[in-house]
Amino acid sequence: MPGVFAVYRWELRKLRAQKRTYLGLGAAALIPLVFVVALVTHGGKPEDVAFGRYVHQTGLAIPLVLLLFGSIWMFPLITALVAGDIVAAEDRHDTLKTILTRSAERHQIFAAKTLAACSYAILAIAITGAVALVAGILASGFNPITSLSGTRVSAPHGLGLVGASLLVYLLPILAIASIALLLSTAFRNSGAAIVGTLMFSLLLQLVDILPGLSGLHPYLLSTQFNAWQGFLRTPADWAPVIRAVWVCALYAIPALVTAGLVFLRRDVAGE
Amino acid sequence: MPNGAALDGAAPIEVRALSKRYGRVVAVDGVDLTIEAGDVFGYLGPNGAGKTTSLRMMLGLIRPSAGSVRIFGRDPQLSVTALEGVAGFVEAPCFYPYLSGRRNLELCAALDGLHSAVVTRIDEVLDTVGLAERAKDKVRGYSHGMRQRLGIASALLRRPRLLVLDEPTTGLDPAGMRDMRELVRDLATRGITVLLSSHLLAEVDELCNRVAIIRHGRIAYEGSLAELRRTAGLSYRLRTTDDQRAGTILAERGDITHVGTDSGGVLTFKVVDEPVVGDLSRALAHAGAGVLELSPRHATLEDLFFQLTEDGSGAPGDRVAEVAGAAH
Repeated sequence: MPGVFAVYRWELRKLRAQKRTYLGLGAAALIPLVFVVALVTHGGKPEDVAFGRYVHQTGLAIPLVLLLFGSIWMFPLITALVAGDIVAAEDRHDTLKTILTRSAERHQIFAAKTLAACSYAILAIAITGAVALVAGILASGFNPITSLSGTRVSAPHGLGLVGASLLVYLLPILAIASIALLLSTAFRNSGAAIVGTLMFSLLLQLVDILPGLSGLHPYLLSTQFNAWQGFLRTPADWAPVIRAVWVCALYAIPALVTAGLVFLRRDVAGE
Repeated sequence: MPNGAALDGAAPIEVRALSKRYGRVVAVDGVDLTIEAGDVFGYLGPNGAGKTTSLRMMLGLIRPSAGSVRIFGRDPQLSVTALEGVAGFVEAPCFYPYLSGRRNLELCAALDGLHSAVVTRIDEVLDTVGLAERAKDKVRGYSHGMRQRLGIASALLRRPRLLVLDEPTTGLDPAGMRDMRELVRDLATRGITVLLSSHLLAEVDELCNRVAIIRHGRIAYEGSLAELRRTAGLSYRLRTTDDQRAGTILAERGDITHVGTDSGGVLTFKVVDEPVVGDLSRALAHAGAGVLELSPRHATLEDLFFQLTEDGSGAPGDRVAEVAGAAH
């Protein structure tokens, strides 16, 4: 019997052979480039978002601004592009019967798919972060950044904070991946799973801005996309980061458990 | 029985009271089947009779509503290890269209836990099915026949003791069908037990030693082809100088059944044993009806299939009795 790692390696090989993978990763690389090119060629700055006023002072501000913009639909969409397809594609190609009659158990295949979807999401964030940093530093320099508390942070320290922010940003991204995986497993249709994930994400954004629901804000997945800002305060505020850990787990774990149970128990009956 | 523990001498497939319901629809209804080692077992039935659903349950792809499946003594619902030594496909074999044929086989090998010497084995099976030259092409460019052959190749990778093939020649051209049948025959001679689902009766007749016929989700017959033909009774045509008198004699005899006429108006009847025909010819001569023709007509598998599966009368189980009863 193969181990989960062997099945996971093949899930990655399958992702490498599909155009949608490159579409998502290409968007993750292209969007920061377009953003930086627009800043350089048109001037101006997004003053109404945190760190927007510093985009011409330091390249470290570029990935942080993109994290804010990307949480609305860009990163959920890029994440769902693969996570929403990874199980449904097996239904589309009718290949579940092919892989489930070999020697790998269903739970191994599901675990490998989950790991592969998460790996892709992590890679997408890493690419956006890396491209935004490199392009931002080339355009605006590797200079100190001003924290949300108004203190100056040296460039090397700021670089570390950007890295930490990207890591914290992965928490809601992985929760989105789990929800996309659930929809992919339940709907058995890539389009429905991707659109469903995006709709879910946008719905949470809507709840976020509705008056009278402020009590829900700390528990919304959309709020956790801003948890990284705790690192950009002096001293660092760990409370939103810690809350993001368990709130995201509250979204991700039930979604994954449900998806796993559906996958383990489902009939593979073909069309 | 502990999961994963193969039973020595257990039948390759043993199915008992297997049922599958989808709401109020009963797709498979109490199927019992035993496939012995070395069988080339034909699984016949009209479209929608429950063949593919029962095959999927045998491979652990669908959970039965009731009943049990044992593959070499193990339950495929408990663990995929029950499918050790089992390979094949249900409906058309399906692969990842964006991977090459070879890559698909490598994936199958990896999912089988094969590591060493797998490259050689993949070359071997690609050669066996005649796909070596197209192995690097993406499967999306394969014809239906090539995908069928790739399905066989992926099955052979596992060095199976039991091969499950669902309509393996469907969609193939005549040469492809001939090649596929030769391959199945060759595999059978190597001692591989084959479960062959097909709607091509000539194919089953040519390849299989035992058959099961499923109708409305229930087994209408299970046994050897020879036994099926024997229980169907021997059918005869009779022309005499006095057919009216001959017809009366036929009707009066208790050891003759299914007396009637064919489309040309010639008398037909069935007997269980040939000696009855000898007695009949003497009786006809005694009654003054000179025999012009008294010739046997062996039932084809197609005749038997339609007798067992066509709607119109009786419960499915009764159809077996009806065919068998024709002989008594």
